[in-house]
Parts: sequence; structure tokens; C-alpha cells
Amino acid sequence: MLTEFGRVLIFFIIGAVFVAGGLVTAWLIRPNRPYPSKLTTYECGEVPIGDTRVRFNIRFYVIALIFLIFDVEVVFLFPWALVYSQLGWFAFVEMVIFIVILFVGYAYVWRKGDLDWDRPAPKIPTFEKGVGVREDHLLEEQVVGS
Amino acid sequence: MIPQEILDTLIKQFPGVTFELKKAGSGDPSILVPPDRILDVSRFLRDDDRMAFDSLMCLSGVDYTGGRMGVVYHLDSMTKRHKVTLKVEVSDDQPECQSVESVWKTANWHEREAFDLFGIRFAGHPDLRRILLPDDWVGHPLRKDYELPEYYRGMKVPY
Amino acid sequence: MGLLDQRFENGNIVISSIDSLLNWARLSSLWPMQFGLACCAIEMMATGASHYDLDRFGIFFRGTPRQSDVMIVAGTVTLKMADRIKILYDQMSEPRYVVSMGSCSNCGGPYWEHGYHVLKGVDRVIPVDVYVPGCPPRPEALMEGLMKLQEKIRNESLVKTA
Repeated sequence: MLTEFGRVLIFFIIGAVFVAGGLVTAWLIRPNRPYPSKLTTYECGEVPIGDTRVRFNIRFYVIALIFLIFDVEVVFLFPWALVYSQLGWFAFVEMVIFIVILFVGYAYVWRKGDLDWDRPAPKIPTFEKGVGVREDHLLEEQVVGS
Repeated sequence: MIPQEILDTLIKQFPGVTFELKKAGSGDPSILVPPDRILDVSRFLRDDDRMAFDSLMCLSGVDYTGGRMGVVYHLDSMTKRHKVTLKVEVSDDQPECQSVESVWKTANWHEREAFDLFGIRFAGHPDLRRILLPDDWVGHPLRKDYELPEYYRGMKVPY
Repeated sequence: MGLLDQRFENGNIVISSIDSLLNWARLSSLWPMQFGLACCAIEMMATGASHYDLDRFGIFFRGTPRQSDVMIVAGTVTLKMADRIKILYDQMSEPRYVVSMGSCSNCGGPYWEHGYHVLKGVDRVIPVDVYVPGCPPRPEALMEGLMKLQEKIRNESLVKTA
């Protein structure tokens, strides 16, 4: 009576009801008594200093972009793999050409260095005052290759 | 080298300075050094080849009652395997002493502790501030005439 | 929102059933914020280890106050630490409880007379529900303290207390 898609829809609705039911019940039951000291940022008991926003490394974006492209390639591979036994040589050669084109792109990305997680040169800390000894041979401007 | 030999070497090295041998109980006697020469004496004791005291085992403050406070240094030599104790006496109302932090780095925190708990100021210390008690504590607790405060930041301190 | 949080004037069978259910749920999964300060922390670790297992009570230690139900203050509370304890207790979300473990956090312990830096009892900064005596208390004593806390939770109610 129900199509396959209909069955998937029922599953989806049940899953959504499960999650929503739990969240709504918790919202109804839990006590909610906020006051300013409770809403401060957690910093192991200390009074928090500074902003809580962090800056993300831009290399995450590059890696995610490259991943997206190859993920789409894999998505194309799946239906091909499912009906592979009914196709002939033509489909095989066509898929090999597709993968070779994408492989060329992969080799380009690799050689260009976009897959490297570039580490910046190490910063040697200097102390103006306080604990620590200023060691001249480790000053930043004298480190070779920085 | 026993403390008497170390004392003799020191007297020969620093002719104008008065050293004293203090006996206390059944242990080895300790050498009393004037507070304004402790840095030179420490540097000599570390760099000299016969002495080679390369390790400051402990630096502690003392409050002898009667208006005197002191600092006690326990030195140890890892190569020569001998130990000696140096004592410095300072007055109660203006406790000042030279810092030996440039000789043994471990004195950095030990002198901060002596300052924190006794109030002994060390001249030449790069970072003299409280180490154990909170930064806004008033007073130096291990002095014999210390009085407990009633409240600290709204919390009752005595029992 | 707290639709059910202490808003009822008098109880009835539905309320008391919900009471039992909520209390059972809360006491069966008490998540402590590990606050081991000194020697009592070793006994707390021993209680959580395999011989006197705490995990069978649903208790496992969380590192952050936001996700914990109970704070077990185990060890000597210095005045420097007491500020932080106050902030951390404030950052716990209700329903929250405090178990004071050992003599030092009950009343200052062996440092009651001469300890210039010791807070004589953690109940001078935060409200305590259960005191566990001992120096340090044996793991069985800590477990009895936690079970007493469970009894206390079992008797809570959604009906507004006067």
C-alpha cells in the first residue's frame, strides 16, 4: 500500500519525533533559574578574561573544498558500481577516463602543496622581565630559516 | 670538606669579612655570613674547584624572636659530595638580604616563598611577589607576631 | 521553561507519580564534578575505581560544572581556592547538590586551629547537602554519603514547599 519512499518517510518522522520528544520533555521538566554569575563563561573557576571567539585555521577551508570535490566523485561511483554487472566494456572505459581526469586534478593539488598542513616557523619567545633568561643565540632574528 | 675547612677557605678568600661558626644541637655547625656579602660568598662557593657547591637544596626564612630574622641556605655538592649550611641574620623591622638567584636558579621560587611568608626582601631578585598566598593577602603569616585577619574577601577566617 | 518546576500548590496522584519518576531518574545518574583538592581525592578515586565501583550507581565524573549534578568537595579548601569554588558552584545548573567529603571541607579539619590560609569548612561559601566525616573517609563512607544524598533526592517534590 505504501511506496518505498513512503516507508522511508515514516522512518524519518519517527526519528524526528524521538529527538524532538526528548528535547521538549527536557525543556518542560528542567528548572530554569538563570542569574548573572551562572551565565559567565567557564574558565576553570577563574574570572574569564578575553573573548571566547577563536580564529580558525584557513587550511580547514582548503581541505574541506578538496574533500567536497572527491566526495562528489565517489557519489558518482556508487550507482555505477551497483549496475556494473549489466554494463559492458563501454561503461568501464568511460568510468576509467572519468577517474583519470579527477586523478590529474588530485596530482595537481598535491604538487601545488594544498594538501600540506603548512607549519609556520617556530617563534622563540623572549622575556622582557620576570622569570627566564634571555639567551642571545635563540633570538628570533638570528634563527636560520625562519 | 668539613664545615671548619670550608670556613677557613672562606676566611682566606674574603679577608675583610667576619664569618662565624654557629653550633646548633648535634648536627654540623653552620656558617654565619653577613647579609651584604652573601652573593659574593655564594658565587665563590659555586665556582671554586675545591668546593663546587652546585646545588642549593633549600632556602628558608626563619623568625628568631627578639627582633631578628634569618635566612638559611643548605648547599650541596654533587661532584664533591659535601654539604654546608649558611645562615644570614637580618633585623626584624627592615629585613633585607641579597638575592642569590643569579647563582642558583632554584632560589627564584625559594626567595619568593621567604618573601611571601616572612616579608624578607631580596635585593636583585627579578620577580619578587607572593607565591603561595593570594596576591591580595595582607601580612606575612609565619612571623611570630602575626595576627589572623577576621575576614578575607567576605569569608570568615578564624574557626 | 520549567513548566513543572515547583509550581504546584498541592499534590495529587499524577504529581506524585511524576515526582517518583523524576527523582528516580535524577538519583540514578548523579554526575559529580570531580573536585579533588587533597588527600580525600585519592579516596574518591579509590571509590570510583573497580573495587568500590561508583559506576554501578550511575555515577561517573565530569570535568565541567555545566554537565554535573553534584559537586564532591574532597580535600582542604584554601581561601585562594574558595573564590573559585564559589564561581564553579554558581556555574552548575539546577538541580545541584554538594557533598562535603572529609574533615577539611566539613570544618577545616586538622588545620582548624593554626591554618591561616584554610577556609574552616566549605559551607562558609556554598550550601552543603551531605557531610561525610573522616580523614580521609573510607570509600564505603563516601558511598554511604552519596546514598544519603540519593535518599534526599528521593524525597524531593514538585509541590511548592512553603
